[in-house]
Amino acid sequence: MRHSVVLEYQKCRGCTTCIKNCPTEAIRVRNGKATILPNRCIDCGTCLRVCPHHAVTSIPDSFNALQNYQYTVAVPDPALYGQFHNLDSPELVLSGLLELGFDSVYESAAGAELLTGYLASRPEDPDRPVPEISSVCPAVVRLIRIRFPSLLGNICPLLLPTELAAILAREKAVRDTGLSPQEIGVFSIVPCSSLVTAASSPDGQIAPVLDGAFAIRDVYKALLSPMKALAGKSLPSLALAGRAGTGWAFSGGESYAHRAERYVAVDGIENVIRMLEEIEDGRLPEADFIELRACTQGCLGGCFCVENPFIARMRMKRLMGELPEARSVYQPGSRVDDLIASTQKPEYYPTFQLDPDRRVAMEKMRKIQALEEQLPGLRCGSCGAPSCRAFAEDVVMGRASEDDCIFKVRERMQHMAGKAEADEYLPAPFRRRHAIPKDPPAQD
Amino acid sequence: MESLRLTFQVAGGDLTHAGEASSQVKQTLRKMGYDSDTIRRVSVCMYEGEINMVIHANGGTATVDVGLDDITITLADVGPGIPDVEQAMQAGFTTAGDQVRDLGFGAGMGLPNMKKYSDEMNIESTVGVGTTVTMVVRIP
Repeated sequence: MRHSVVLEYQKCRGCTTCIKNCPTEAIRVRNGKATILPNRCIDCGTCLRVCPHHAVTSIPDSFNALQNYQYTVAVPDPALYGQFHNLDSPELVLSGLLELGFDSVYESAAGAELLTGYLASRPEDPDRPVPEISSVCPAVVRLIRIRFPSLLGNICPLLLPTELAAILAREKAVRDTGLSPQEIGVFSIVPCSSLVTAASSPDGQIAPVLDGAFAIRDVYKALLSPMKALAGKSLPSLALAGRAGTGWAFSGGESYAHRAERYVAVDGIENVIRMLEEIEDGRLPEADFIELRACTQGCLGGCFCVENPFIARMRMKRLMGELPEARSVYQPGSRVDDLIASTQKPEYYPTFQLDPDRRVAMEKMRKIQALEEQLPGLRCGSCGAPSCRAFAEDVVMGRASEDDCIFKVRERMQHMAGKAEADEYLPAPFRRRHAIPKDPPAQD
Repeated sequence: MESLRLTFQVAGGDLTHAGEASSQVKQTLRKMGYDSDTIRRVSVCMYEGEINMVIHANGGTATVDVGLDDITITLADVGPGIPDVEQAMQAGFTTAGDQVRDLGFGAGMGLPNMKKYSDEMNIESTVGVGTTVTMVVRIP
Protein backbone atom coordinates (compact mmCIF):
# COMPACT_ATOMS: atom_id res chain seq x y z
CA MET A 1 0.00 0.00 0.00
CA ARG A 2 1.22 3.49 -0.81
CA HIS A 3 0.57 6.45 1.46
CA SER A 4 0.31 10.20 1.60
CA VAL A 5 0.80 10.37 5.36
CA VAL A 6 4.43 11.10 6.22
CA LEU A 7 6.48 12.19 9.19
CA GLU A 8 8.54 15.34 9.24
CA TYR A 9 11.69 14.09 10.86
CA GLN A 10 12.86 17.51 12.10
CA LYS A 11 9.66 18.26 13.97
CA CYS A 12 9.13 14.87 15.62
CA ARG A 13 10.27 14.79 19.24
CA GLY A 14 9.49 11.14 19.84
CA CYS A 15 6.73 11.86 22.35
CA THR A 16 4.69 8.62 21.74
CA THR A 17 1.33 10.42 21.42
CA CYS A 18 0.77 9.06 17.92
CA ILE A 19 1.62 5.43 18.71
CA LYS A 20 -1.11 5.23 21.32
CA ASN A 21 -3.76 6.84 19.11
CA CYS A 22 -3.10 4.96 15.88
CA PRO A 23 -6.08 2.64 15.34
CA THR A 24 -4.02 0.02 13.49
CA GLU A 25 -0.93 0.21 15.74
CA ALA A 26 1.09 1.30 12.71
CA ILE A 27 3.56 3.65 14.42
CA ARG A 28 6.64 2.98 16.53
CA VAL A 29 9.12 5.39 18.08
CA ARG A 30 12.74 4.44 17.48
CA ASN A 31 15.82 6.48 18.36
CA GLY A 32 13.72 9.44 19.38
CA LYS A 33 11.63 9.59 16.19
CA ALA A 34 8.35 8.09 15.12
CA THR A 35 8.27 5.78 12.12
CA ILE A 36 5.23 4.46 10.27
CA LEU A 37 4.93 0.77 9.42
CA PRO A 38 3.74 1.25 5.84
CA ASN A 39 1.86 -2.05 5.60
CA ARG A 40 -0.37 -1.17 8.52
CA CYS A 41 -1.11 2.50 7.84
CA ILE A 42 -4.60 3.13 6.42
CA ASP A 43 -4.06 6.89 5.90
CA CYS A 44 -6.90 7.74 8.27
CA GLY A 45 -5.20 10.91 9.47
CA THR A 46 -5.60 10.27 13.21
CA CYS A 47 -1.90 10.94 13.83
CA LEU A 48 -2.06 14.23 11.92
CA ARG A 49 -4.72 15.37 14.31
CA VAL A 50 -3.15 14.23 17.58
CA CYS A 51 0.52 15.11 17.00
CA PRO A 52 1.29 18.02 19.39
CA HIS A 53 4.34 19.01 17.32
CA HIS A 54 2.59 18.93 13.93
CA ALA A 55 5.21 16.50 12.73
CA VAL A 56 2.81 14.27 10.82
CA THR A 57 1.50 15.56 7.56
CA SER A 58 -0.10 14.40 4.37
CA ILE A 59 1.34 15.70 1.16
CA PRO A 60 -1.28 17.08 -1.19
CA ASP A 61 -0.21 18.50 -4.54
CA SER A 62 0.95 22.06 -5.12
CA PHE A 63 -1.08 24.46 -7.28
CA ASN A 64 1.96 24.61 -9.59
CA ALA A 65 0.88 21.23 -10.91
CA LEU A 66 -1.85 23.06 -12.85
CA GLN A 67 0.85 24.50 -15.16
CA ASN A 68 1.55 21.05 -16.60
CA TYR A 69 -1.78 20.83 -18.44
CA GLN A 70 -3.52 22.59 -21.34
CA TYR A 71 -6.88 22.41 -19.57
CA THR A 72 -7.69 21.75 -15.95
CA VAL A 73 -10.75 20.52 -14.08
CA ALA A 74 -11.43 20.85 -10.34
CA VAL A 75 -13.38 18.04 -8.67
CA PRO A 76 -14.33 19.54 -5.30
CA ASP A 77 -15.60 17.41 -2.43
CA PRO A 78 -18.87 18.80 -1.05
CA ALA A 79 -17.17 19.18 2.36
CA LEU A 80 -15.54 22.29 0.84
CA TYR A 81 -18.87 24.15 1.03
CA GLY A 82 -19.16 23.60 4.78
CA GLN A 83 -16.04 25.70 5.41
CA PHE A 84 -17.62 29.06 4.43
CA HIS A 85 -19.84 31.41 6.44
CA ASN A 86 -23.19 32.44 4.95
CA LEU A 87 -22.86 30.48 1.74
CA ASP A 88 -26.23 30.55 -0.06
CA SER A 89 -25.22 28.57 -3.10
CA PRO A 90 -22.35 26.35 -4.24
CA GLU A 91 -22.10 28.57 -7.35
CA LEU A 92 -19.97 31.17 -5.57
CA VAL A 93 -17.42 28.50 -4.62
CA LEU A 94 -17.47 26.92 -8.08
CA SER A 95 -16.98 30.27 -9.86
CA GLY A 96 -14.24 31.04 -7.35
CA LEU A 97 -12.44 27.88 -8.45
CA LEU A 98 -12.45 29.15 -12.05
CA GLU A 99 -10.87 32.37 -10.80
CA LEU A 100 -8.11 30.30 -9.20
CA GLY A 101 -7.14 29.05 -12.67
CA PHE A 102 -9.22 25.93 -13.22
CA ASP A 103 -10.89 25.81 -16.65
CA SER A 104 -13.93 23.93 -15.42
CA VAL A 105 -15.46 22.26 -12.37
CA TYR A 106 -17.18 18.93 -11.84
CA GLU A 107 -18.52 18.29 -8.33
CA SER A 108 -17.70 14.95 -6.77
CA ALA A 109 -21.26 15.14 -5.37
CA ALA A 110 -22.47 14.61 -8.96
CA GLY A 111 -20.57 11.31 -8.93
CA ALA A 112 -22.30 10.50 -5.64
CA GLU A 113 -25.73 11.07 -7.21
CA LEU A 114 -24.92 8.80 -10.14
CA LEU A 115 -23.77 6.05 -7.75
CA THR A 116 -26.95 6.45 -5.74
CA GLY A 117 -29.00 6.10 -8.91
CA TYR A 118 -27.08 2.98 -9.84
CA LEU A 119 -27.68 1.35 -6.44
CA ALA A 120 -31.37 2.20 -6.54
CA SER A 121 -31.81 0.67 -10.00
CA ARG A 122 -30.21 -2.69 -9.15
CA PRO A 123 -32.62 -5.60 -9.40
CA GLU A 124 -33.36 -7.58 -6.23
CA ASP A 125 -30.63 -10.13 -5.58
CA PRO A 126 -31.09 -12.69 -2.80
CA ASP A 127 -27.34 -13.45 -2.91
CA ARG A 128 -26.37 -9.88 -2.08
CA PRO A 129 -24.59 -9.82 1.28
CA VAL A 130 -26.44 -8.28 4.22
CA PRO A 131 -25.62 -5.77 5.51
CA GLU A 132 -23.93 -3.90 2.67
CA ILE A 133 -21.06 -1.71 3.79
CA SER A 134 -20.39 1.64 2.12
CA SER A 135 -17.21 1.81 0.02
CA VAL A 136 -16.93 5.60 0.13
CA CYS A 137 -14.31 6.14 2.85
CA PRO A 138 -10.91 4.87 1.59
CA ALA A 139 -9.52 4.63 5.14
CA VAL A 140 -12.40 2.36 6.15
CA VAL A 141 -11.95 0.15 3.09
CA ARG A 142 -8.25 -0.22 3.90
CA LEU A 143 -9.12 -0.98 7.53
CA ILE A 144 -11.43 -3.78 6.41
CA ARG A 145 -8.75 -5.05 4.02
CA ILE A 146 -6.19 -5.49 6.78
CA ARG A 147 -8.33 -6.27 9.81
CA PHE A 148 -11.81 -7.51 8.83
CA PRO A 149 -11.29 -9.77 5.81
CA SER A 150 -14.49 -11.70 6.57
CA LEU A 151 -16.44 -8.53 5.74
CA LEU A 152 -14.77 -7.80 2.38
CA GLY A 153 -17.70 -9.40 0.57
CA ASN A 154 -20.10 -6.98 2.28
CA ILE A 155 -18.45 -3.88 0.78
CA CYS A 156 -20.56 -2.20 -1.95
CA PRO A 157 -18.87 -2.79 -5.29
CA LEU A 158 -18.50 0.86 -6.23
CA LEU A 159 -15.81 3.32 -7.15
CA LEU A 160 -15.35 6.53 -5.16
CA PRO A 161 -17.66 9.45 -6.07
CA THR A 162 -14.51 11.53 -6.70
CA GLU A 163 -13.17 8.89 -9.07
CA LEU A 164 -16.40 8.62 -11.02
CA ALA A 165 -16.64 12.42 -11.25
CA ALA A 166 -12.99 12.64 -12.37
CA ILE A 167 -13.41 10.07 -15.15
CA LEU A 168 -16.58 11.69 -16.45
CA ALA A 169 -15.02 15.16 -16.16
CA ARG A 170 -12.01 14.14 -18.23
CA GLU A 171 -14.21 12.56 -20.90
CA LYS A 172 -16.35 15.69 -21.02
CA ALA A 173 -13.27 17.91 -21.27
CA VAL A 174 -11.98 15.83 -24.20
CA ARG A 175 -15.31 16.29 -25.99
CA ASP A 176 -15.46 20.02 -25.20
CA THR A 177 -11.88 20.92 -26.12
CA GLY A 178 -10.68 18.31 -28.62
CA LEU A 179 -7.53 17.89 -26.50
CA SER A 180 -6.14 14.45 -25.70
CA PRO A 181 -6.87 13.00 -22.22
CA GLN A 182 -3.20 13.48 -21.24
CA GLU A 183 -3.37 17.20 -21.93
CA ILE A 184 -6.18 17.56 -19.40
CA GLY A 185 -5.40 17.79 -15.71
CA VAL A 186 -8.13 16.60 -13.33
CA PHE A 187 -7.60 17.48 -9.67
CA SER A 188 -9.67 16.60 -6.64
CA ILE A 189 -10.13 18.98 -3.72
CA VAL A 190 -10.26 16.72 -0.70
CA PRO A 191 -11.01 16.81 3.03
CA CYS A 192 -8.54 14.14 4.18
CA SER A 193 -5.29 12.27 3.77
CA SER A 194 -6.97 9.06 2.63
CA LEU A 195 -8.39 10.83 -0.43
CA VAL A 196 -4.97 12.29 -1.24
CA THR A 197 -3.65 8.73 -1.20
CA ALA A 198 -6.60 7.55 -3.27
CA ALA A 199 -5.83 10.13 -5.97
CA SER A 200 -2.31 8.88 -6.62
CA SER A 201 -2.64 5.20 -5.70
CA PRO A 202 -6.27 4.15 -5.88
CA ASP A 203 -7.20 0.77 -4.42
CA GLY A 204 -10.12 0.22 -6.78
CA GLN A 205 -8.65 1.44 -10.07
CA ILE A 206 -5.95 -0.12 -12.23
CA ALA A 207 -4.33 3.29 -12.79
CA PRO A 208 -4.90 6.71 -11.19
CA VAL A 209 -7.88 8.58 -12.66
CA LEU A 210 -6.83 11.87 -11.05
CA ASP A 211 -3.75 13.94 -11.77
CA GLY A 212 -3.46 15.18 -8.22
CA ALA A 213 -5.31 16.21 -5.09
CA PHE A 214 -5.42 19.54 -3.26
CA ALA A 215 -6.27 19.91 0.41
CA ILE A 216 -9.44 21.78 1.33
CA ARG A 217 -7.43 23.93 3.78
CA ASP A 218 -5.18 25.22 0.96
CA VAL A 219 -8.02 25.78 -1.51
CA TYR A 220 -10.15 27.46 1.17
CA LYS A 221 -7.47 30.04 1.84
CA ALA A 222 -6.90 30.71 -1.85
CA LEU A 223 -10.65 31.04 -2.49
CA LEU A 224 -11.40 33.70 0.10
CA SER A 225 -10.36 36.72 -1.92
CA PRO A 226 -11.77 35.69 -5.35
CA MET A 227 -15.05 34.74 -3.67
CA LYS A 228 -15.22 38.14 -2.02
CA ALA A 229 -14.73 39.81 -5.41
CA LEU A 230 -17.44 37.65 -6.99
CA ALA A 231 -20.06 38.19 -4.27
CA GLY A 232 -23.19 39.90 -5.54
CA LYS A 233 -22.28 39.40 -9.22
CA SER A 234 -24.38 37.25 -11.50
CA LEU A 235 -22.70 33.87 -11.77
CA PRO A 236 -22.92 31.06 -14.35
CA SER A 237 -24.62 27.88 -13.17
CA LEU A 238 -21.90 25.30 -12.77
CA ALA A 239 -23.36 23.03 -10.09
CA LEU A 240 -24.05 19.46 -11.19
CA ALA A 241 -25.34 18.10 -7.89
CA GLY A 242 -28.27 18.72 -5.57
CA ARG A 243 -29.09 17.93 -1.99
CA ALA A 244 -28.66 14.18 -2.35
CA GLY A 245 -25.02 14.23 -3.45
CA THR A 246 -23.96 17.28 -1.44
CA GLY A 247 -25.11 15.60 1.77
CA TRP A 248 -22.42 12.92 1.41
CA ALA A 249 -20.11 15.41 3.12
CA PHE A 250 -21.47 14.40 6.51
CA SER A 251 -22.27 11.16 8.27
CA GLY A 252 -25.74 9.89 7.38
CA GLY A 253 -25.86 11.78 4.09
CA GLU A 254 -25.07 8.76 1.97
CA SER A 255 -27.74 6.67 3.71
CA TYR A 256 -30.21 9.51 3.14
CA ALA A 257 -29.34 9.64 -0.57
CA HIS A 258 -29.77 5.86 -0.91
CA ARG A 259 -33.12 6.15 0.88
CA ALA A 260 -31.90 3.31 3.06
CA GLU A 261 -34.53 2.43 5.63
CA ARG A 262 -32.64 0.17 7.97
CA TYR A 263 -29.24 1.83 8.04
CA VAL A 264 -26.54 2.58 10.57
CA ALA A 265 -24.29 5.61 10.00
CA VAL A 266 -21.11 5.46 12.08
CA ASP A 267 -18.38 8.09 12.21
CA GLY A 268 -15.04 8.21 14.00
CA ILE A 269 -12.48 5.46 13.46
CA GLU A 270 -12.82 3.89 16.94
CA ASN A 271 -16.60 3.68 16.52
CA VAL A 272 -16.11 2.20 13.06
CA ILE A 273 -13.84 -0.53 14.47
CA ARG A 274 -16.38 -1.36 17.17
CA MET A 275 -19.18 -1.58 14.60
CA LEU A 276 -17.14 -3.87 12.33
CA GLU A 277 -16.38 -6.11 15.33
CA GLU A 278 -20.09 -6.32 16.08
CA ILE A 279 -21.03 -7.17 12.51
CA GLU A 280 -18.33 -9.87 12.50
CA ASP A 281 -19.72 -11.35 15.73
CA GLY A 282 -23.16 -11.56 14.13
CA ARG A 283 -24.62 -8.91 16.41
CA LEU A 284 -26.30 -6.72 13.80
CA PRO A 285 -29.10 -8.71 12.20
CA GLU A 286 -31.48 -5.83 11.58
CA ALA A 287 -29.56 -3.40 9.32
CA ASP A 288 -29.29 -3.49 5.50
CA PHE A 289 -26.80 -0.70 4.97
CA ILE A 290 -23.83 0.43 7.03
CA GLU A 291 -22.32 3.82 6.32
CA LEU A 292 -18.85 4.09 7.86
CA ARG A 293 -16.63 7.19 7.97
CA ALA A 294 -13.24 7.33 9.66
CA CYS A 295 -13.64 10.98 10.69
CA THR A 296 -15.98 12.51 13.27
CA GLN A 297 -19.13 13.78 11.52
CA GLY A 298 -17.90 12.22 8.27
CA CYS A 299 -15.85 14.05 5.65
CA LEU A 300 -16.53 17.43 7.32
CA GLY A 301 -14.28 16.14 10.12
CA GLY A 302 -11.42 15.35 7.71
CA CYS A 303 -7.94 16.43 8.76
CA PHE A 304 -7.82 19.05 5.97
CA CYS A 305 -11.06 20.78 6.92
CA VAL A 306 -10.61 24.15 8.59
CA GLU A 307 -14.02 24.55 10.22
CA ASN A 308 -15.31 22.73 13.28
CA PRO A 309 -17.20 19.75 11.76
CA PHE A 310 -20.32 20.35 13.87
CA ILE A 311 -20.61 23.94 12.69
CA ALA A 312 -19.81 22.91 9.13
CA ARG A 313 -22.66 20.41 9.27
CA MET A 314 -25.11 23.10 10.32
CA ARG A 315 -23.98 25.23 7.37
CA MET A 316 -24.26 22.32 4.96
CA LYS A 317 -27.84 21.67 6.04
CA ARG A 318 -28.75 25.30 5.48
CA LEU A 319 -27.07 25.33 2.07
CA MET A 320 -28.78 22.09 1.07
CA GLY A 321 -32.16 23.62 1.81
CA GLU A 322 -31.60 25.88 -1.21
CA LEU A 323 -30.71 23.02 -3.58
CA PRO A 324 -32.91 20.80 -5.74
CA GLU A 325 -33.09 17.15 -4.65
CA ALA A 326 -30.61 16.01 -7.31
CA ARG A 327 -29.15 17.28 -10.57
CA SER A 328 -27.21 14.31 -11.95
CA VAL A 329 -29.46 11.51 -13.10
CA TYR A 330 -28.22 7.96 -13.58
CA GLN A 331 -29.18 6.28 -16.86
CA PRO A 332 -29.16 2.47 -16.80
CA GLY A 333 -26.78 1.07 -19.41
CA SER A 334 -24.69 4.27 -19.44
CA ARG A 335 -20.94 4.73 -19.05
CA VAL A 336 -21.41 4.61 -15.26
CA ASP A 337 -22.20 0.87 -15.46
CA ASP A 338 -18.92 0.10 -17.27
CA LEU A 339 -16.93 2.13 -14.78
CA ILE A 340 -18.52 0.39 -11.80
CA ALA A 341 -18.05 -3.01 -13.44
CA SER A 342 -14.34 -2.38 -14.03
CA THR A 343 -13.69 -1.36 -10.41
CA GLN A 344 -11.41 -3.77 -8.57
CA LYS A 345 -12.92 -5.64 -5.64
CA PRO A 346 -11.06 -4.97 -2.39
CA GLU A 347 -8.78 -7.83 -1.39
CA TYR A 348 -7.42 -9.08 1.92
CA TYR A 349 -4.06 -7.56 2.79
CA PRO A 350 -2.69 -9.91 5.49
CA THR A 351 -0.33 -7.46 7.14
CA PHE A 352 -0.94 -8.78 10.67
CA GLN A 353 -0.11 -12.39 9.79
CA LEU A 354 2.96 -13.58 11.70
CA ASP A 355 3.99 -16.18 9.13
CA PRO A 356 2.49 -17.83 6.05
CA ASP A 357 3.16 -21.26 7.64
CA ARG A 358 0.63 -21.79 10.41
CA ARG A 359 2.99 -23.98 12.44
CA VAL A 360 5.60 -21.23 12.46
CA ALA A 361 2.92 -18.60 13.19
CA MET A 362 1.75 -20.67 16.15
CA GLU A 363 5.27 -20.94 17.52
CA LYS A 364 5.71 -17.18 17.19
CA MET A 365 2.37 -16.57 18.88
CA ARG A 366 3.46 -18.84 21.73
CA LYS A 367 6.63 -16.77 22.19
CA ILE A 368 4.64 -13.53 22.03
CA GLN A 369 2.29 -14.77 24.74
CA ALA A 370 5.16 -15.94 26.94
CA LEU A 371 6.95 -12.61 26.63
CA GLU A 372 3.79 -10.58 27.16
CA GLU A 373 3.21 -12.37 30.44
CA GLN A 374 6.56 -11.09 31.72
CA LEU A 375 5.79 -7.49 30.77
CA PRO A 376 4.10 -5.04 33.16
CA GLY A 377 1.06 -4.28 30.98
CA LEU A 378 1.33 -0.55 31.64
CA ARG A 379 1.23 0.64 28.02
CA CYS A 380 3.77 3.24 29.06
CA GLY A 381 5.12 3.65 25.55
CA SER A 382 8.73 3.84 26.76
CA CYS A 383 9.71 1.04 24.38
CA GLY A 384 8.20 2.90 21.44
CA ALA A 385 5.36 0.41 20.91
CA PRO A 386 1.71 1.17 21.70
CA SER A 387 1.18 -1.74 24.12
CA CYS A 388 3.08 -4.56 25.82
CA ARG A 389 1.44 -7.01 23.41
CA ALA A 390 2.56 -5.00 20.37
CA PHE A 391 6.04 -4.80 21.89
CA ALA A 392 6.16 -8.56 22.49
CA GLU A 393 5.19 -9.05 18.87
CA ASP A 394 7.86 -6.60 17.71
CA VAL A 395 10.50 -8.53 19.67
CA VAL A 396 9.44 -11.91 18.29
CA MET A 397 9.22 -10.51 14.76
CA GLY A 398 12.70 -8.97 15.08
CA ARG A 399 11.54 -5.36 15.06
CA ALA A 400 12.65 -4.65 18.64
CA SER A 401 14.91 -6.01 21.36
CA GLU A 402 13.75 -7.19 24.77
CA ASP A 403 16.08 -4.61 26.32
CA ASP A 404 13.95 -1.83 24.83
CA CYS A 405 11.59 -2.42 27.74
CA ILE A 406 12.67 -0.26 30.66
CA PHE A 407 11.20 -2.77 33.12
CA LYS A 408 13.21 -5.60 31.62
CA VAL A 409 16.36 -3.50 31.92
CA ARG A 410 15.44 -2.72 35.51
CA GLU A 411 15.21 -6.40 36.30
CA ARG A 412 18.70 -6.87 34.93
CA MET A 413 20.04 -3.91 36.87
CA GLN A 414 18.47 -5.29 40.01
CA HIS A 415 20.14 -8.60 39.37
CA MET A 416 23.54 -6.93 38.86
CA ALA A 417 23.19 -4.54 41.82
CA GLY A 418 21.79 -7.26 44.02
CA LYS A 419 19.50 -4.86 45.85
CA ALA A 420 16.24 -3.04 45.47
CA GLU A 421 17.82 0.28 44.41
CA ALA A 422 16.76 -0.52 40.86
CA ASP A 423 13.65 1.56 41.37
CA GLU A 424 15.90 4.54 40.76
CA TYR A 425 16.19 3.55 37.12
CA LEU A 426 12.47 4.04 36.62
CA PRO A 427 10.59 7.24 35.83
CA ALA A 428 8.58 8.52 38.81
CA PRO A 429 5.14 7.12 37.88
CA PHE A 430 6.49 3.57 37.74
CA ARG A 431 8.47 3.43 41.00
CA ARG A 432 7.07 0.91 43.44
CA ARG A 433 9.24 1.55 46.47
CA HIS A 434 7.18 4.20 48.19
CA ALA A 435 3.65 3.74 49.40
CA ILE A 436 1.06 5.81 47.56
CA PRO A 437 0.66 9.08 49.49
CA LYS A 438 -2.76 9.34 51.07
CA ASP A 439 -4.95 12.39 50.50
CA PRO A 440 -4.80 14.70 53.54
CA PRO A 441 -7.82 14.21 55.81
CA ALA A 442 -10.72 16.50 54.97
CA GLN A 443 -10.98 19.60 57.15
CA ASP A 444 -14.24 20.04 58.95
CA MET B 1 -0.82 -32.40 18.91
CA GLU B 2 0.27 -28.82 18.50
CA SER B 3 -1.96 -26.21 19.98
CA LEU B 4 -1.96 -22.84 21.65
CA ARG B 5 -4.13 -21.98 24.62
CA LEU B 6 -5.81 -18.62 25.18
CA THR B 7 -7.54 -18.06 28.51
CA PHE B 8 -9.93 -15.26 29.45
CA GLN B 9 -11.70 -14.44 32.68
CA VAL B 10 -15.17 -13.19 31.83
CA ALA B 11 -16.63 -10.86 34.46
CA GLY B 12 -20.22 -11.48 35.47
CA GLY B 13 -23.03 -8.96 35.15
CA ASP B 14 -21.03 -6.55 33.02
CA LEU B 15 -22.56 -6.46 29.58
CA THR B 16 -20.63 -3.33 28.63
CA HIS B 17 -17.42 -5.31 28.20
CA ALA B 18 -18.98 -8.36 26.59
CA GLY B 19 -17.26 -9.15 23.30
CA GLU B 20 -13.75 -8.20 24.40
CA ALA B 21 -12.54 -11.80 24.64
CA SER B 22 -14.09 -12.54 21.27
CA SER B 23 -12.28 -9.55 19.78
CA GLN B 24 -8.93 -10.70 21.17
CA VAL B 25 -9.41 -14.23 19.89
CA LYS B 26 -10.18 -12.85 16.44
CA GLN B 27 -7.03 -10.77 16.35
CA THR B 28 -4.91 -13.71 17.49
CA LEU B 29 -6.40 -16.08 14.91
CA ARG B 30 -5.89 -13.52 12.15
CA LYS B 31 -2.23 -13.16 13.11
CA MET B 32 -1.90 -16.93 12.89
CA GLY B 33 -3.34 -16.91 9.38
CA TYR B 34 -6.69 -18.67 9.91
CA ASP B 35 -9.25 -18.10 7.18
CA SER B 36 -12.03 -15.54 7.51
CA ASP B 37 -14.84 -18.05 7.71
CA THR B 38 -13.23 -19.96 10.58
CA ILE B 39 -12.52 -16.71 12.42
CA ARG B 40 -16.09 -15.57 11.97
CA ARG B 41 -17.51 -18.85 13.25
CA VAL B 42 -15.22 -18.84 16.27
CA SER B 43 -16.09 -15.22 17.02
CA VAL B 44 -19.84 -15.87 16.94
CA CYS B 45 -19.45 -18.92 19.23
CA MET B 46 -17.18 -16.99 21.58
CA TYR B 47 -19.38 -13.94 21.69
CA GLU B 48 -22.60 -15.83 22.35
CA GLY B 49 -20.86 -17.94 25.00
CA GLU B 50 -19.38 -14.90 26.65
CA ILE B 51 -22.78 -13.23 26.81
CA ASN B 52 -24.33 -16.36 28.32
CA MET B 53 -21.77 -16.47 31.09
CA VAL B 54 -22.21 -12.76 31.82
CA ILE B 55 -25.99 -12.97 31.99
CA HIS B 56 -26.66 -16.33 33.58
CA ALA B 57 -23.60 -17.41 35.48
CA ASN B 58 -21.95 -14.34 36.99
CA GLY B 59 -18.98 -14.84 34.67
CA GLY B 60 -16.60 -17.70 34.19
CA THR B 61 -13.56 -18.81 32.25
CA ALA B 62 -13.28 -18.98 28.48
CA THR B 63 -10.51 -21.19 27.15
CA VAL B 64 -9.66 -21.36 23.48
CA ASP B 65 -7.37 -24.16 22.30
CA VAL B 66 -6.11 -23.22 18.89
CA GLY B 67 -4.94 -26.26 16.98
CA LEU B 68 -3.78 -26.80 13.41
CA ASP B 69 -6.90 -28.80 12.49
CA ASP B 70 -9.51 -27.42 14.84
CA ILE B 71 -10.24 -24.79 17.45
CA THR B 72 -11.87 -25.83 20.72
CA ILE B 73 -13.71 -23.29 22.83
CA THR B 74 -14.49 -24.22 26.43
CA LEU B 75 -16.71 -22.00 28.53
CA ALA B 76 -16.80 -23.02 32.15
CA ASP B 77 -18.84 -21.36 34.86
CA VAL B 78 -19.95 -22.08 38.41
CA GLY B 79 -23.39 -20.62 37.82
CA PRO B 80 -26.87 -21.98 38.52
CA GLY B 81 -26.72 -24.71 35.86
CA ILE B 82 -29.28 -25.45 33.14
CA PRO B 83 -32.23 -27.57 34.42
CA ASP B 84 -33.32 -28.72 30.95
CA VAL B 85 -30.58 -28.57 28.33
CA GLU B 86 -32.83 -29.77 25.52
CA GLN B 87 -35.31 -26.99 26.18
CA ALA B 88 -32.50 -24.40 26.42
CA MET B 89 -31.29 -25.46 22.98
CA GLN B 90 -34.59 -24.57 21.31
CA ALA B 91 -34.54 -21.39 19.25
CA GLY B 92 -36.37 -18.61 21.04
CA PHE B 93 -36.35 -20.21 24.49
CA THR B 94 -35.18 -17.62 27.00
CA THR B 95 -35.07 -17.10 30.73
CA ALA B 96 -33.72 -13.57 30.41
CA GLY B 97 -35.43 -10.86 32.43
CA ASP B 98 -36.85 -7.63 31.00
CA GLN B 99 -33.76 -5.61 31.86
CA VAL B 100 -31.53 -7.86 29.78
CA ARG B 101 -34.03 -8.03 26.93
CA ASP B 102 -34.29 -4.25 26.91
CA LEU B 103 -30.58 -4.19 26.16
CA GLY B 104 -31.17 -6.31 23.10
CA PHE B 105 -29.95 -9.57 24.60
CA GLY B 106 -31.89 -12.63 25.64
CA ALA B 107 -33.63 -13.41 22.35
CA GLY B 108 -33.22 -17.13 22.96
CA MET B 109 -30.77 -17.58 20.09
CA GLY B 110 -27.51 -17.94 22.05
CA LEU B 111 -27.19 -21.71 22.30
CA PRO B 112 -28.81 -22.37 18.90
CA ASN B 113 -26.33 -19.97 17.26
CA MET B 114 -23.41 -21.61 19.03
CA LYS B 115 -24.58 -24.97 17.75
CA LYS B 116 -25.08 -23.60 14.24
CA TYR B 117 -21.61 -22.07 13.97
CA SER B 118 -19.65 -24.91 15.59
CA ASP B 119 -19.03 -28.39 14.20
CA GLU B 120 -19.45 -30.05 17.57
CA MET B 121 -21.04 -28.81 20.74
CA ASN B 122 -21.38 -30.41 24.12
CA ILE B 123 -23.07 -29.07 27.23
CA GLU B 124 -22.40 -30.48 30.68
CA SER B 125 -24.53 -28.89 33.32
CA THR B 126 -25.49 -29.66 36.88
CA VAL B 127 -28.03 -27.50 38.65
CA GLY B 128 -26.38 -25.66 41.51
CA VAL B 129 -22.88 -26.61 40.38
CA GLY B 130 -22.27 -25.00 37.02
CA THR B 131 -22.12 -25.42 33.28
CA THR B 132 -19.35 -26.25 30.85
CA VAL B 133 -19.99 -25.71 27.15
CA THR B 134 -17.45 -27.13 24.72
CA MET B 135 -17.50 -26.21 21.05
CA VAL B 136 -15.24 -27.42 18.27
CA VAL B 137 -14.78 -25.47 15.05
CA ARG B 138 -12.95 -27.56 12.45
CA ILE B 139 -10.66 -25.86 9.99
CA PRO B 140 -11.53 -26.62 6.37
